[in-house]
Amino acid sequence: MLYDIGIALLRIIVIFAVALLFVAYLTYLERKVIGHMQVRMGPMRVGPHGLLQPIADGLKLFFKEDIVPTEAYRLTFYFAPLLCLICALILFAVIPVDKNFMITRLNIGLLYILSIASVGVMGIILAGWASGSKYSLLGGLRSAAQMFSYEIFLGFSLIGPLMIAGSLDLVKIVEAQKIPLIVYQPVAFVIYIIAALGEINRVPFDLPEAESELVAGFHTEYSGMKFAYFFLAEYANMLIVSAIATIVFLAGWKGPILPGWMWFLIKMFIFVYFFIWVRATFPRYRYDQFMRIGWKIMLPIVLANILVTGVVMMLVRG
Amino acid sequence: MAVKEEQQFKELMAKGTSLGQVDEDIMRQNIRTQDLWVNMGPQHPSTHGVLRLILALQGERIVDTEIVIGYLHRGTEKLAEARTYHQIIPLTDRLDYLASPAMNFGYVLAVEKLAGIEVPERAEYIRVLMAELARISSHLLWLATHALDIGAMTVFLYCFREREMVLDLFEMATGGRLTTSYYRIGGVAHDLPEGFLDKVKEFCEIFPKRVQDYDDLLYSNRIWLSRTVNVAKISAEKGLALGLSGPSIRGSGVNWDLRRANPYSVYDKLDFEVAVFDGCDVYARYLVRRKEMLESCKIVKQCVEYLEKTEGPVMAKVPKVFKPPAGEVYFATEAPKGELGYYIVSDGSNKPYRLKIRTPSFANLIALPEMVKGQMVADVIAAIGSIDVVLGEVDR
Repeated sequence: MLYDIGIALLRIIVIFAVALLFVAYLTYLERKVIGHMQVRMGPMRVGPHGLLQPIADGLKLFFKEDIVPTEAYRLTFYFAPLLCLICALILFAVIPVDKNFMITRLNIGLLYILSIASVGVMGIILAGWASGSKYSLLGGLRSAAQMFSYEIFLGFSLIGPLMIAGSLDLVKIVEAQKIPLIVYQPVAFVIYIIAALGEINRVPFDLPEAESELVAGFHTEYSGMKFAYFFLAEYANMLIVSAIATIVFLAGWKGPILPGWMWFLIKMFIFVYFFIWVRATFPRYRYDQFMRIGWKIMLPIVLANILVTGVVMMLVRG
Repeated sequence: MAVKEEQQFKELMAKGTSLGQVDEDIMRQNIRTQDLWVNMGPQHPSTHGVLRLILALQGERIVDTEIVIGYLHRGTEKLAEARTYHQIIPLTDRLDYLASPAMNFGYVLAVEKLAGIEVPERAEYIRVLMAELARISSHLLWLATHALDIGAMTVFLYCFREREMVLDLFEMATGGRLTTSYYRIGGVAHDLPEGFLDKVKEFCEIFPKRVQDYDDLLYSNRIWLSRTVNVAKISAEKGLALGLSGPSIRGSGVNWDLRRANPYSVYDKLDFEVAVFDGCDVYARYLVRRKEMLESCKIVKQCVEYLEKTEGPVMAKVPKVFKPPAGEVYFATEAPKGELGYYIVSDGSNKPYRLKIRTPSFANLIALPEMVKGQMVADVIAAIGSIDVVLGEVDR
C-alpha cells in the first residue's frame, strides 16, 4: 500500500517536473527555431546560447509587481489564470509516455482530456470578463466562440480513429495500432491538426490574443505570475495536443530499436516543431473567416469522414 | 420579465396580435443595442506611431471611426518661418522620417523653382538615386509592418534585413541612416563616396530575389488573400474626392504618378512603369507598392549607369546668403506615400514668410473612415497598413 503510494507520488513528481521543464524550455525552443527561420539568433545572452533564458524569464515574472485593474472583479481575476494552468497540467496525468509509464491509466483517457480541456477554456473567458477592459472582453468573447466550436471539430476528428481503435483508453488505442492510424485516417489527421491549432490559439488562428488588433486579448491586463500562468498553460496545451496526436495517429511509443519513451518524445516534438513552423509562416485569419472555415468546411468533412469510416468498417469486418 | 413588460404583453395580446409578433414588439421596445466604443491608440501595437482611433463597434463591425491626431505635432511649418532656407532642410527630414531623401527632394525642388536655379545633371541623378532608394526603404518598412499587423511575422524580419542594406547605403553616402539631410539648394552636399555605386549595384542584384522571398510568403497565400482581397475598398471617385494620392489611389486604378504626370528632375529621361492596379482593395495597394519597389530598383540601376559614366559638379552656384526673389511657389513631387507638395511664400528675405507642406499621409488618412465603414475590427488594422501613414508627416 505504502509502496504503491510512494511509486505513484514518484511518478507524479517525475512527470510533472519533466512536463514543467518541457513547457519552460518550449518557450526557448520556439524563440530559437523561429529566430533561425527569420535570419536572426533568438536568445543568446543568458547562459551559453541563451540556455538559461526561460529561467531568467521565470524569475523576472515572479518578481514583477502584481497589478490588478480597479475595474476588475478581483476573485475571478485571480482565479482565471489558475484555472487555465491547472486544467492544462492535470492533463499530463493520463498521457502514457511508455507502455507502463504514466501517472494513472484511465479507461476513458481521451474523454477525460477533451472534457478537462473544455474547462480550461472557461479560464480564458473568465479572464476576459473579469479584467474590466474592452480589449480583454473582446478577446474573451472571441475565444469563447472559437475554442468551443473548435473543440467540437477536435472531438469529431478523433471519433474516426476511435472507431478503429475501439477504445477510449489511451494505452489500448496505441496497442490497437499495428500500422499507425494516420494511414487509415489521413483526413481525420489533417482536421485534427487544424482544430488543434484553433484550440491552442496559435497562428493562423490566434484570434483571442491577436496582438495587432486586441493588444493581447484576454490577458491584456495580466502581469507578473498571473500572466506567466496563462503563458505556461498555453505551452502546456501545445504539448498536450501534440501528445494526443502522437498517441492517436502515430502509434505513441511504438517504434524500432529506441526505447518507447524516446519514440514518444521524438514524435511529439515533430508536432511541436510543426506548430512553431506554422507560426513563422502564416498570417492570421480574421475572426469571421475562421468561424466560417470551421462550421462550413471542416464540420461536413469530419462528419463525412465518420460516415465513410463506419461504412468501410461494416464492409470489412462484416 | 419586468412588470412593465408583462403589462405590454397583456395589452398586445388583447389587441389580437400573434404571439411571435408580440415577442418581437417587446424586444424592440425594451432591448436596446448600444455601440461599443473602443479607443485604439495612441499607444497601440499597430497604429504605426501615435495615431489614435476611436471606433464605434457593433459586435466586431465598425459603425463609425474618429481619427484623433496631433500627438506628434512639432510645429514644423512655424519653425520654418524662423529659419533660413538652408536650415529648413533638416526639418523636412523629420516629416516622413522613413524616407528623408524624398522629403528633402520636394523642398529643394520648390526652392530652386522659386529662385530659378539650374542644377547640374549629375546632382539630379544622385538625387533621383537617393530618392528611389528611399522609396524602396519606405515600402520595405511598410510591407514589414503591414504583414506583421496581419500576423505574418517572418516577412517583417526579411524586409528589415533588406532595409538595413539601404540604410547602410545612406550611411555610407551621407553619414546618417534615417535623417540624411543630404540635399542642398542647388545640388547635393557632396559627391558620392568611392565604392558606393558598386554597393548599390550589389543591392540591385540581390533585391529582386528577396522580393521573391516575400512573394513566397504572401503573394498567393490563401490567408493573406482572404485578409486583403475586397477589404477596405475605396472607389477611384471617392478616393480622388478625399484627396487620396500615391500608391493608395493607384490601387484604385487611377494612373496618377507625378514622376510621369508632371516629370520633374530627370524622371523624363528614365525608363520605368507606373504601377496601377484596379482592385480598389488592400491587396491592390499591396500589389502597387510591391511593383513600385521593383520599378524603383530599375530606376536606381539606370542612375548608377549614368553616374558611372559621367563626372562633373554636384552643386550649382548658390550664394552663401541665399535670398530668393519675393513671390510664391507650389511644387509637388511623388514621395513614397503620395503627393508631397511644398508651398513657399517668400518676401525676399533669407527666411520664408510662410511654408505650407501638403503631406500625403495627412490627406490619405482622411480616407480611412470611408474605407473601414462596415468592416471588422481586424480590417481596420489592414486598412491603416494599406494607406501607409507616417505620423511624423500627418502632424508635422
